Amino acid sequence: MTWKLTSDRPIYIQLVEKLQFDIITGIYRPGEKLPSVRDLASEASVNPNTMQKALAELERGGLVYTQRTAGRFVTDDQALIRHISMELAASHIREFISTMRQFGMSDHEILNLIEEIMKEEIK
Amino acid sequence: MNQLVTCKNLTKRYGSKLALDNVSLSLESGKIIGLLGPNGSGKTTLIKILNQLTSPTSGEVLVAGNPLCVQTKSLISYLPDRMYLGNWMQVSDAINFFSDFYTDFDRSRAQDMLAKLNIRLSDTIRAMSKGTKEKLQLILVMSRRAALYCLDEPIAGVDPAARDYILSTILNNYDPDASILISTHLISDVENILDEVIFIRNGSVVLQSAVDDLRIQKGKSVDHVFREVFKC
Repeated sequence: MTWKLTSDRPIYIQLVEKLQFDIITGIYRPGEKLPSVRDLASEASVNPNTMQKALAELERGGLVYTQRTAGRFVTDDQALIRHISMELAASHIREFISTMRQFGMSDHEILNLIEEIMKEEIK
Repeated sequence: MNQLVTCKNLTKRYGSKLALDNVSLSLESGKIIGLLGPNGSGKTTLIKILNQLTSPTSGEVLVAGNPLCVQTKSLISYLPDRMYLGNWMQVSDAINFFSDFYTDFDRSRAQDMLAKLNIRLSDTIRAMSKGTKEKLQLILVMSRRAALYCLDEPIAGVDPAARDYILSTILNNYDPDASILISTHLISDVENILDEVIFIRNGSVVLQSAVDDLRIQKGKSVDHVFREVFKC
């Protein structure tokens, strides 16, 4: 089982997030055909109905589309993929900032620390 | 969605003991449904009624619109909570038995699955481990092309690896038009494959919900909600 799913959040939402992540990171490339619902469900060890629901959700967002007889494909729209990846990045950063503030750090301190650590990594 | 099973005011008494108390519920086709409740809550009684192994004291059951009869039996594939194949049987006997009994039995599908597990047609049931027996029964039951599969405690008493195998066998053989009713109290093992859950306590349905709705509503896993509802 390669898909990490927790039971306390709706499964289909976790599937949407995982597939989004795989599209943004290029595991599934723009224009590439996705595996069938059944294969994806089997890979994730979930009910095909749940996988179907997740794919329908992605389709609503435009990240994947169905070609009537050929199956489901990742969008060719690179700008859309970029846009969704920016949205995701922003939400991660918001979460990070909120944790840092809980640690009692000022915004100035947060920025300084980020810069310091980035410099260290370059070396 | 079509109603596959409808139970109306179903009551079952064993002497003075009330096993099912005025149960009304319906099961749609195309869903995997968990029938969840503690021991003695009425899960097996309900499944036995659907399979006509016992009759209700009062109330009505419709399967695909028809009252229970021989025809409805042919629509339902049943995995009991105990071994019901003769100990003396070889695997090939059991396959012939199923093939003889059920016109919807897919022999080659069963043989493929058995071959993948290295279970030979000449193996005798007596010599099998508990886990292997359970897998064999499940393979036979899932090799029918039924409208409803009633699986009574399919994962009780087997190790976690065998559980994974059993759950993936259920998923891989699941025909999207059919429904599967799984009774269990091992909720955390099955909740990720369920569409819907029915909680049953002292013979009454206390909750029926889509699992993801339940998670959104409560912010908790089905296992967690179960522990709250059935807290001793």
